[in-house]
Amino acid sequence: MSSLPLAVRDSATMLRRNLLHARRYPSLTLNLLLTPIMLLLLFVYIFGDVMSAGIGDGADRSDYIAYLVPGILLMTIGGTVVGTAVSVSNDMTEGIIARFRTMAIHRGSVLVGHVVGSVLQAMLSVVLVGVVAVAIGFRSTDAGVLEWLAAFGLLVLFAMALTWVAVGMGLISPNAEAASNNALPMILLPLLSSAFVPVDAMPGWFQPIAEYQPFTPAIETLRGLLLGTEIGNNGWLAVTWCLGLAVLGYFWSVSKFNRDPR
Amino acid sequence: MPSSVMPTSSLGAGQEPPVAVSTIGLRKSYGDKLVLDGIDLRIPTGTVFALLGPNGAGKTTVVKILSTLITADAASGDIRVGGHDLAADPQAVRAAIGVTGQFSAVDGLITGEENMLLMADLHHLSKREGRRTAAELLERFDLVEAASRPASTYSGGMKRRLDIAMTLVGNPRIIFLDEPTTGLDPRSRHNMWQIIRELVSGGVTVFLTTQYLDEADELADRIAVLNDGKIAAEGTADELKRLIPGGHIRLRFDDPSAYQSAAVALREVTLTQALSAARPGGAFNDDALSLQIPSDGSQRELRSILDWLDAAGIEADELTVHTPDLDDVFFALTGDTTVPHQSKETVR
Repeated sequence: MSSLPLAVRDSATMLRRNLLHARRYPSLTLNLLLTPIMLLLLFVYIFGDVMSAGIGDGADRSDYIAYLVPGILLMTIGGTVVGTAVSVSNDMTEGIIARFRTMAIHRGSVLVGHVVGSVLQAMLSVVLVGVVAVAIGFRSTDAGVLEWLAAFGLLVLFAMALTWVAVGMGLISPNAEAASNNALPMILLPLLSSAFVPVDAMPGWFQPIAEYQPFTPAIETLRGLLLGTEIGNNGWLAVTWCLGLAVLGYFWSVSKFNRDPR
Repeated sequence: MPSSVMPTSSLGAGQEPPVAVSTIGLRKSYGDKLVLDGIDLRIPTGTVFALLGPNGAGKTTVVKILSTLITADAASGDIRVGGHDLAADPQAVRAAIGVTGQFSAVDGLITGEENMLLMADLHHLSKREGRRTAAELLERFDLVEAASRPASTYSGGMKRRLDIAMTLVGNPRIIFLDEPTTGLDPRSRHNMWQIIRELVSGGVTVFLTTQYLDEADELADRIAVLNDGKIAAEGTADELKRLIPGGHIRLRFDDPSAYQSAAVALREVTLTQALSAARPGGAFNDDALSLQIPSDGSQRELRSILDWLDAAGIEADELTVHTPDLDDVFFALTGDTTVPHQSKETVR
């Protein structure tokens, strides 16, 4: 069998294995869903009045819901990939990985299975959080079919980029605790983005950091697609960030996976 | 002492059997710690080879290298597995081998059957063929009842059986088993031996590591003793036993007082070194009421011992001649001579 069909077939097998894990032990995925949903409810119902004043004159709670949801959706992805880092790290301590390494299978399929599985899980999580958002009153005001497709594409691309990085984080972590610590930036970065308050409202010295870190351009782009706000150069920034992180994460992960096992 | 024993070939002269595994000067070091210091191996196809050694001798490292899990040092010579160059074509080696490592290589989160189907998929069997193979192997390894339970709930013996069953899915011609019976109860151990014998009768080459001497004796056509990263000796079990003068004659008594007087007599003889100047004295085992007198098992020496026993008026209820076993070889070759014979006898 030539190498591409082999790679696809083995990766599909590994994906099935990962989805089987996720289906049988959904608690990790569900736990990671709690954070974005809790933050969504917290910021809307507890801080909502204060926060809405921060995004513009005369903005009310429903305006703030609209402002908040795109950031929460991307934060959901950030949370899901922490689970990826943990499950990759767990997996590497399993004897079955050593077995895979001694089999004539496509070498990268173990990682590809993890990545595709995680992206699917991330998208499922995004849908679940999206349902909660709609339930509390979020409505897309501006999205046609094309915008929805673009939004979906952005979410998938973003999930894939963060997942490859998270796989690398899982590979360098000796255990699950270390993996979840190493993946902490995936949860912290959205807090330092325009997810909750506009970058303009932050201290001047901090604005460049908040503005150009990967989450903010992605959030601004998603906001623009769903709500018709100005996207500007955030679209290109977001795509560049995603592709850059994906490529970097890919090569990092593959090199870590190919070294002699611990 | 010779460092290796010439093989006694049972094949016709000039008929070289095909070689399943061969290494020349296999070396591996971690940092400046040298783990393997030039290992030469040559394992004919269809035989069982046992790599025997104490903990930390480097057995697992050899298996990891030969199964492509880790790379040998660049200074190593040619390594060939299943006819393929390990360094140049590891993927071809992988297609020829099956590995059951020391720690169970099963996916604990999914069921036994799912583990088997996973292997079938990775060997690119069709759905039907995969199901058939999985069902067959689950049946053969007595795992049908447990097939729908997560593998993490299996006992040690069951995990090991599932592990081997998974290894067999691709029908490998060379199988590496790294300490396959460590941690198993005696019954599971004998089951595993039976499994290994069945594999070999099917023409498979088995590369086995073990720290149990009886296991190597029981299963292996050839045994290499690995100590400190070097092969201390290699040969058949009998050839290895011949290397070491470790035989003895064992006298067992029913009557404690007869045992006592015999022990006293033997002690006196030992003190004056009258029995055998070249050998250490006898050993005593008060609990089992038995004495051990060193002997090479030859008729001449046996007669002289019997004569001495008659002269000393000792009459044992049972006399057995013990040729050296692999324990003797092992302790002699691995430099651990402090283990007393008695304790081993009582452990058994």
